[in-house]
Amino acid sequence: MCDVCQTETATVFLTQIVDGNMQKVNLCEGCSKEKGVTDPTGFALADLLLGMGAAQSVERTASATGQRCANCGFTEAEFKKTGRLGCSACYRTFSEGLGGMLRGMHKGVRHTGKIPERLEKMLARDTEIRGLTSDLRRAVVEEQYETAAALRDKIRILEADQEAGE
Amino acid sequence: MAIRNILNKSSDWLKGEGPHHDIVVSSRVRLARNLAGAPFPGWAKKAERTAVLERIRPRVEALPEMGDAYSLACQDLTALEKQVLVERHLISREHAAKGVGSAVVMNRRQSLSIMINEEDHLRMQSIRSGLQLRAAFRAVNKVDTELEASLDFAFDPDLGYLTACPSNVGTGMRVSAMLHVPGLVLSEQINQVIQAVNKIGLAVRGLYGEGTEALGNLFQISNQTTLGEAEEGIVDRLQKVILQVIEHEQNARQTLLQRRSNTLLDHMGRSYGILKHAYSMHSKEALNLLSLAKLGCDLGFYPEEQRHAVDELFMETQPAHLQKGSQQKLAAEERDALRATIIRQKLAACPEPDVVGVLERTAKQAGSSPEEGEKKQGEGPGESAQEGLI
Ligand SMILES: [Zn+2]
Ligand SMILES: [Zn+2]
Repeated sequence: MCDVCQTETATVFLTQIVDGNMQKVNLCEGCSKEKGVTDPTGFALADLLLGMGAAQSVERTASATGQRCANCGFTEAEFKKTGRLGCSACYRTFSEGLGGMLRGMHKGVRHTGKIPERLEKMLARDTEIRGLTSDLRRAVVEEQYETAAALRDKIRILEADQEAGE
Repeated sequence: MAIRNILNKSSDWLKGEGPHHDIVVSSRVRLARNLAGAPFPGWAKKAERTAVLERIRPRVEALPEMGDAYSLACQDLTALEKQVLVERHLISREHAAKGVGSAVVMNRRQSLSIMINEEDHLRMQSIRSGLQLRAAFRAVNKVDTELEASLDFAFDPDLGYLTACPSNVGTGMRVSAMLHVPGLVLSEQINQVIQAVNKIGLAVRGLYGEGTEALGNLFQISNQTTLGEAEEGIVDRLQKVILQVIEHEQNARQTLLQRRSNTLLDHMGRSYGILKHAYSMHSKEALNLLSLAKLGCDLGFYPEEQRHAVDELFMETQPAHLQKGSQQKLAAEERDALRATIIRQKLAACPEPDVVGVLERTAKQAGSSPEEGEKKQGEGPGESAQEGLI
């Protein structure tokens, strides 16, 4: 039974330690969202990894456990247990919960360092394709069909390279 | 057998070279990398782990840096051999616990070691003697660039290099330096320094011992965050902070010499006596006494020729190093006896601390006699020592 609305079935169980005393709160899905407890993994992991005092842990009933990584089969429950992810695709699968945690853990949320050379080329090509595409649109509008044809050929070559991942 | 050669030859980083090697024992930079899509080692099934190892290992062995490398599968190493590698910082404790599906490849100089299937698929580490963070970074960064030509590393344009633990995501880089700071410990300034360094987002912890207990006055400073700051920025930030800690340590040492010389001389004399005459010594006691002997070398109490012997003893008296020559596992008392014997033998030629010489030099430098300095002790070591750290 949900401690807040006293009507719905509780699916989120929150344990919070306040001044050394453990307090348990049971919430239904709706109330947990309203109270901002929508990100259980975020809570538990940030505390676990940063060792922050306000130890809060959320347990979800099996029925409420949602995500599973399509690439490796990793679940949120595993993540809570070990603080480690299953594979690189997990970062997408669990991106919602991870976002807040990374913010609390690091200096920023965007990587500003090294980029693998291969990707650097692809990212540069992406930018080039975008530029050429807007040039192409302008050429069509201005009825400069010869220029447009040349641009279109250029874009096709770049796109083919991009597909091949070269 | 390859492992025998490693065990018998000491690591380059132990040579006591490089800038500020009297205070900075070593500089390390490690990069964590993973193959895109493949399950991380902790989640992978045995067959998947082995497949990753088979993909990565030949590439690592083919690196120009690894022309004369030792490539060792974890299951081929005994517990003692792994422990020796841990003591030399060539593999992590976690890696030492690994078996089938994990390996380590290291160059002959033991300045570069690459763990395969540790927490991440790749943990690449460069280690140097003294304060050489930039050189260590360049070396490991070059290896990374070489490997990415043939291995598809997991990378996200927003999050950077993707790692098993979100605390490493971004650069996947951990930069650390091991510092020997007996001056800060003896003058009870170490906690202030640790707090100041923590405040700017860097981690400090004792190298040996649990919790706040730091044996041998050895501390490790490292970056805590890996996302939102480029590699060069992280390295520079650490470099700056470490230079400041070095300055504080040097000041603390001078203050000890000038204002608390009797305390310092007492430490010197006692540590010398015990190191030279003990017949049983626990590793904790050895670390603390060797730290004083090392300080004695830095301050001129002992001749320069002794420095290498003292530096080597830090490693040679570690539990696994101690036992690597023995046929069977030694009991605790046997280890303590052996440790004391090795120390006595290695320091046999070490003369008594040159108290007169050091005090004369200090007096000349300070422009006053050490007796006068001793009276000022009540003022305590420089309160201002903390300024500038933040
Ligand atoms: Zn409710
Ligand atoms: Zn996954």
